[in-house]
Amino acid sequence: MSTPLTVEIWRGTEQGRFETYQVPTQPSQTVLDLVTYVQRKLDPTLAYRFACRVGVCGSCAMTVNGTPRWTCRTHVNKVASGGRVRIAPLRNLPVLRDLATDMAPLFDKGQQAMGRFVAAEAEAAAVAVVPPEDPKRKEVDAAIECIGCGVCYAGCDVVAWRPDYLGPAALNRAWTLVNDVRDGDRRGHLQAVAADAGCHACHSHQACAEHCPVGLNPSRSIAGLKRLVLMAAIKGEL
Amino acid sequence: MRRLELWLYVAQRGSALVLAPLVLLHLGVILYAVGGGLSAAEILARTRSSLLWPAVYGLFVAAAAVHGAIGLRVVIREWSEWRGRSLDLAALGFVLLLLLLGLRAVTAIA
Repeated sequence: MSTPLTVEIWRGTEQGRFETYQVPTQPSQTVLDLVTYVQRKLDPTLAYRFACRVGVCGSCAMTVNGTPRWTCRTHVNKVASGGRVRIAPLRNLPVLRDLATDMAPLFDKGQQAMGRFVAAEAEAAAVAVVPPEDPKRKEVDAAIECIGCGVCYAGCDVVAWRPDYLGPAALNRAWTLVNDVRDGDRRGHLQAVAADAGCHACHSHQACAEHCPVGLNPSRSIAGLKRLVLMAAIKGEL
Repeated sequence: MRRLELWLYVAQRGSALVLAPLVLLHLGVILYAVGGGLSAAEILARTRSSLLWPAVYGLFVAAAAVHGAIGLRVVIREWSEWRGRSLDLAALGFVLLLLLLGLRAVTAIA
C-alpha cells in the first residue's frame, strides 16, 4: 500500500486550528473522499456538507490548498502537494463549524440583486417561444448553469474587501434575468444591480471565472450589466 | 446624488479614455526634450509659443485629477471602514487639490 496522505483540516469556527490526519490513498480519490474518510473512520465530530457527490448540487465547496473548489469533483492527485492536502472552509462566509460555512449571505445577496424571475403579463397568457439562436437566449445559456456552490464568492477579492458587495453569483443570476425575454421587470433588476455595492464595484479581476467549477464567466456577465445599466441610465429608464 | 456609483464609473472610464493618449504624448514629449538636449529656457519658449500646450496639459491635469480621486475613493472604501458623505467630500477635496497643483504647473508653462 502506498504512503498515506497527510490531510490538514480546519477545526473550529472563526477561531480554530488545522488538525492533521493520515488518510490512506485510493485510485481516483477525491478531496470529498478524504473528508468523508476522516469523518467516518477517524473523527465523527468533523462537520462538513455534501449531498450529490457528482458536481450537481453545489454543496461541498471548500478551500483546498488555498483555492476554492468543488471537492466532489477535485481529484486528490491534482491538488496534493508533497503528499499533503490542506482543507479549509470557504472564504468570505461565516464559518459555522469546521468545514461548514453559513451560506445565507450568498443567498441573501441573490435576493438583494433581485435574482428572481418576475413573470411578464404576456408570459401568464401564452408560452413564450425563445429560439436557441436568439442573441439574448445565447447570453442566458452562457450564464445559466450556476450550481450555487459559492466558489466564485469565496474567490472574489472585492467581496473580501467590501463585505456588502453583491458578488459574482448574484450578479451573474441578475444578468440571466435581464436577458430573459419572459421576465417582466427588467428595470427592477437593473436598479438592484446598480446600487452602491452592485456591479460597478467589480474590478474585473476574473477570479470568479478562474475558479468557477462549471466554467461560467460571471465577470463577463457583470461587464454586460455595467453596459446595460449605463444604456438604461442614458435613456432615462433606470 | 442618485446613482452616484454609476456616474463615478462613467467618469472613471471617460477620464481613462482621455488619459491614455495624453500619457503617451507626455512620455513622447519628455523623450523628445531630453533626447534633443533642450534647455529649460528653450522648452518654455516653445510651450509659451502656442495655446495648444497649456490647453493639452490643462486637459491632462483635469482628467488625472478626476481619475485619481475616484480611484483613491474606491481604494479607501475597500481597505478601510471609511464610507459615506465625509469620504465623498474628502475625495472631492482631493480633486480640487490635484487641480490646484496641476493647473499651477500649467500656468507656469503658459
